[in-house]
Amino acid sequence: MSEQMTGAQSLVRSLEAAGTEHIFGIPGGAILPAYDPLMDSSIRHILVRHEQGAGHAAQGYAAATGRVGVCMATSGPGATNLVTPLADAHMDSVPIVAITGQVGAAQIGTDAFQEADIRGITMPITKHNFLVTDPADIPRTVAEAFHIASTGRPGPVLVDVAKSALQAMTTYAWPTELNLPGYRPVTRPHSKQIREAARLILESRRPVLYVGGGTIRARASRELRVLAELTGMPVVTTLMARGAFPDSHPQHLGMPGMHGTVAAVMGLQRSDLIISLGARFDDRVTGNLDSFAPGARVIHADIDPAEIGKNRAVDVPIVGDCREVISDLIVALKAEADAGHTGDYEGWVDFLAGVKKKYPLGYDTPTDGGLAPQYVLERLGAIAGPEAIYCAGVGQHQMWAAHFVGYENPNTWINSGGLGTMGFSVPAAMGAKVGRPDATVWSIDGDGCFQMTNQELATCAINDIPIKVAIINNESLGMVRQWQTLFYNERYSNTDLHSKRIPDFVKLADAYGCVGLACDSPGEVDATIQKAMEINDLPVVVDFRVHRDAMVWPMVAAGTSNDDIKYARDMAPRFDDDTEVDLRA
Amino acid sequence: MSMPSNSRHTLSVLVENKPGVLARIAGLFSRRGYNIDSLAVGPTEHPEVSRMTIVVNVEESPLEQVTKQLNKLVEVIKIVELDTSASVNRELLLVKVKADVETRGQVLDTVQLFRAKVVDIAPDAVTIQAVGNAAKLSDLLRVLEPFGIRELVQSGMVAIGRGSRSISERNLRPVTIPAPPAVGG
Repeated sequence: MSEQMTGAQSLVRSLEAAGTEHIFGIPGGAILPAYDPLMDSSIRHILVRHEQGAGHAAQGYAAATGRVGVCMATSGPGATNLVTPLADAHMDSVPIVAITGQVGAAQIGTDAFQEADIRGITMPITKHNFLVTDPADIPRTVAEAFHIASTGRPGPVLVDVAKSALQAMTTYAWPTELNLPGYRPVTRPHSKQIREAARLILESRRPVLYVGGGTIRARASRELRVLAELTGMPVVTTLMARGAFPDSHPQHLGMPGMHGTVAAVMGLQRSDLIISLGARFDDRVTGNLDSFAPGARVIHADIDPAEIGKNRAVDVPIVGDCREVISDLIVALKAEADAGHTGDYEGWVDFLAGVKKKYPLGYDTPTDGGLAPQYVLERLGAIAGPEAIYCAGVGQHQMWAAHFVGYENPNTWINSGGLGTMGFSVPAAMGAKVGRPDATVWSIDGDGCFQMTNQELATCAINDIPIKVAIINNESLGMVRQWQTLFYNERYSNTDLHSKRIPDFVKLADAYGCVGLACDSPGEVDATIQKAMEINDLPVVVDFRVHRDAMVWPMVAAGTSNDDIKYARDMAPRFDDDTEVDLRA
Repeated sequence: MSMPSNSRHTLSVLVENKPGVLARIAGLFSRRGYNIDSLAVGPTEHPEVSRMTIVVNVEESPLEQVTKQLNKLVEVIKIVELDTSASVNRELLLVKVKADVETRGQVLDTVQLFRAKVVDIAPDAVTIQAVGNAAKLSDLLRVLEPFGIRELVQSGMVAIGRGSRSISERNLRPVTIPAPPAVGG
């Protein structure tokens, strides 16, 4: 089925053939030929206000739906504005495809107008990238890009297409096969490794399921729950895995890491076996590596072999798709259970239940009647419920959102984990809402983050994408300010944003054609959230004007051991006096 | 060039012969902080595949990371670590040495001794070509040094395993996977 057409038409046809329904983008000179056939395409193109917004929207779309998100930009500055979202998607394994225009093939390398070597620039921050100068290569390249982005460990793929290739006549033919001799992701785990893992699980007395974002990308939540309930092992979910296991589940200890719960941090710290599922022993989880979980053996399952043993030595490496690994573990452990072999974790489970009860997540209510940010997020989670999608920016509000909203379902918590990109939330929420128009989508943002990408409110208002934004406005770069409070003698260098004065977020929302609401006292929180929930035809922005000195706790100071966790300022948990479990066993 | 130590490893890397592959590999080494001692790249018996010989200076466990990270590159087809004792390693050296009427005889003796070759001659200099492993070439240079080395160029090391086995034949067959069908026909 070959047809004559321009390279631009071939590109749009190829994107359709790959299943693209939505593209977030901005046209410009080099990509202009592609925008003409896009007008006649079944693909809905959403014209954003900044290419960074297009990239994060594609991420939000992908994270909410599990499908490949697509963004498009022109050459030079259009393409370089995609650098941050590409790096973000690379860190968090988000399947997106970015299409960029490039100057004509004959001009490449001449410092032509709006020329940037975006393939060279994005080599370290994409899973793979392509430069297409021959229009005949367009269908095959698009097919390969989608295949690479969505299989194995997902990630971003960039396709840079020279303007001359878009303008030339070519033959369109969707490929029947792909030739990628160096790309063969292993998804089936080795049965010997599964048996060995099952053996360690049964032998251990203090195991913990350390669940990472790979579990969500692999759609393995259901299997994870079966495994957890079959064995009774405690579960921790990392920042990237919030929602992979229900927060309401009694076996769930919460989030581990620098701002993890005491139970999750100490659970890993004192375990004798860590079963890592799609997690990567990130420094924000392990703290000082040398003192991380010193008594634990490690089963590390990941689809990316390079993650296994990268940071922490491994006893049982398992390369494979998380869902297949968990399914195989269930089969192996069920067979053992039928033969009468089950693990004995009772003392350990009781010990951790005690820790969880003694050191729950908590916060101080301001004595002056001010608004606690944690309270806002607690109420937001309760009112909007676990079926809603929550997209956070980066900083204190992100940590509070991770702790206090309460997640029951995968793909309902979307945030920038690895790269820590401020400004992620609003455009990601926009993308999530486009992908899941039936769901309520809340952007939970800080006043600093919000001011980096809020121009996408215009995109949302004009294109009927009614997201809801909760600005947790503490009029400062709150996380940085928290560090200044704790580690820089309260010298607040350049963290005061004055955002309760400038800008007026309610007026700004109004100016963008959104509904603007404000709330500054605990008594108004429920009514304000309910009002926002009732507006479904327009984006809503709520300015929650919160107490500015609230801090994120618990906390493990950077570079220190997880043993030194504080659950409030200068407050360290004590275990040894009430420890029932014999930790030397 | 320093003498081989046990933290030096020779990797033979088969890659797709596509533009930008070298930049991808060089970039990976630099951003992950791995030191390359030498890198040589050239064609293979298969026109679509190039072979790189990379000598990398790392300990065992980072070496595992190096190969895993290299393997993640879509255009990298296969990586084999070549054991020095079970492989032939060669570098090419071209060196221009001062040699006048008085010293030329001694220089030519050295050339013979090392089974090197004179490839160009001028009234006050000779250009010598030598092929060998790193140790042999550095020995040659040490002997030539007193005469005065005017210019020196050296290739990266290339290496091949001994015996009849080939690292490439099994991996160079075209591997295709079915493309996802076009949506909507």
